[in-house]
Amino acid sequence: MDGRSAHGVADGPHAHGTPDGQPPPRNPERLYAVTGTADGGRAELDLVTLIVARRTPPPGASPEHTAVLDLCAAPLSLAELSAYLALPFSAMTVLITEMITAELVQARAPATRRTAPDRSLLEAVMHGLQKL
Amino acid sequence: MDFKSSDTIPGPRTADQLPHTAQAAVKIVIVGGFGVGKTTMVGSVSEIKPLTTEETMTQAGIGIDDNYGSETKTATTVAMDFGRISITDKLVLYLFGTPGQERFWFLWNGLFEGALGAVVLVDTRRLEVSFDVMGRLEERGVPFVVAVNSFPDAPRYPVEELRTALDLTPEIPIIDCDVRRRASSKDVLLTLMRFLHSLALSGALA
Repeated sequence: MDGRSAHGVADGPHAHGTPDGQPPPRNPERLYAVTGTADGGRAELDLVTLIVARRTPPPGASPEHTAVLDLCAAPLSLAELSAYLALPFSAMTVLITEMITAELVQARAPATRRTAPDRSLLEAVMHGLQKL
Repeated sequence: MDFKSSDTIPGPRTADQLPHTAQAAVKIVIVGGFGVGKTTMVGSVSEIKPLTTEETMTQAGIGIDDNYGSETKTATTVAMDFGRISITDKLVLYLFGTPGQERFWFLWNGLFEGALGAVVLVDTRRLEVSFDVMGRLEERGVPFVVAVNSFPDAPRYPVEELRTALDLTPEIPIIDCDVRRRASSKDVLLTLMRFLHSLALSGALA
């Protein structure tokens, strides 16, 4: 077994800690987190991933978590969260990854030409712009 | 329950909140040199006051593998302005204005991935800035249109002359615009969408 796969075990988004009860190791270099998408695939957190609170702030929640949960009472993009909280985008993704793992927030993946290969997405955007 | 912190986080005004039905977002990137009008364009069509997201980068890290031990690393903050347009109850469009300099793009690994397309905003007084940008977009397979922002003191060229000067293939739309005007910015975005639609029809989009 190489060192790489050994690292991968406790590093995933579903890791809740090591068997001896230690918190999961942090990987400060991982700027882009992995989340599930509606179609069961995996997607990176994007600037326009919409974040929605799953609950109100639990007692003892950190100020950062409380602020995100308050802001995300209605869906809000990661870019907007980064702007309102004045946090660099990479720091924002780390915080949100933590909160997805803790089941505090839910992520709604962006629509792309790849996820919606038919023309309906382009047509919807076109019609929306025409109404401006 | 009381806030533990006395700081109030400024969030979106109630009127600026997205509906709970918002399921997914799409993005369009506006690229161009400094001062070409990216933020003005975002602001003229956005339903919210443009916001800024930031990233810090380490200069020495760009394109260099062994920067450990470098004594000259400097951190630079790069800001990107963006706005938002609600398309339907379920779909939201975000517009990002990003500096044309290629080195900034490292920060936004993922900025262009998943983008519907891009608008290259051009100032005829500084055409050379656009060459590198367009080359990079082509490499990344990001479809784009070219919008020429008409500054009062900038020289005006016929579209076909610009096409030659910018070395653009005939199918790439070039449009004149005044990004201060909402209707004009909207036209630019619709030109991009029609172009993307025609590419989809012809099967040119993967």
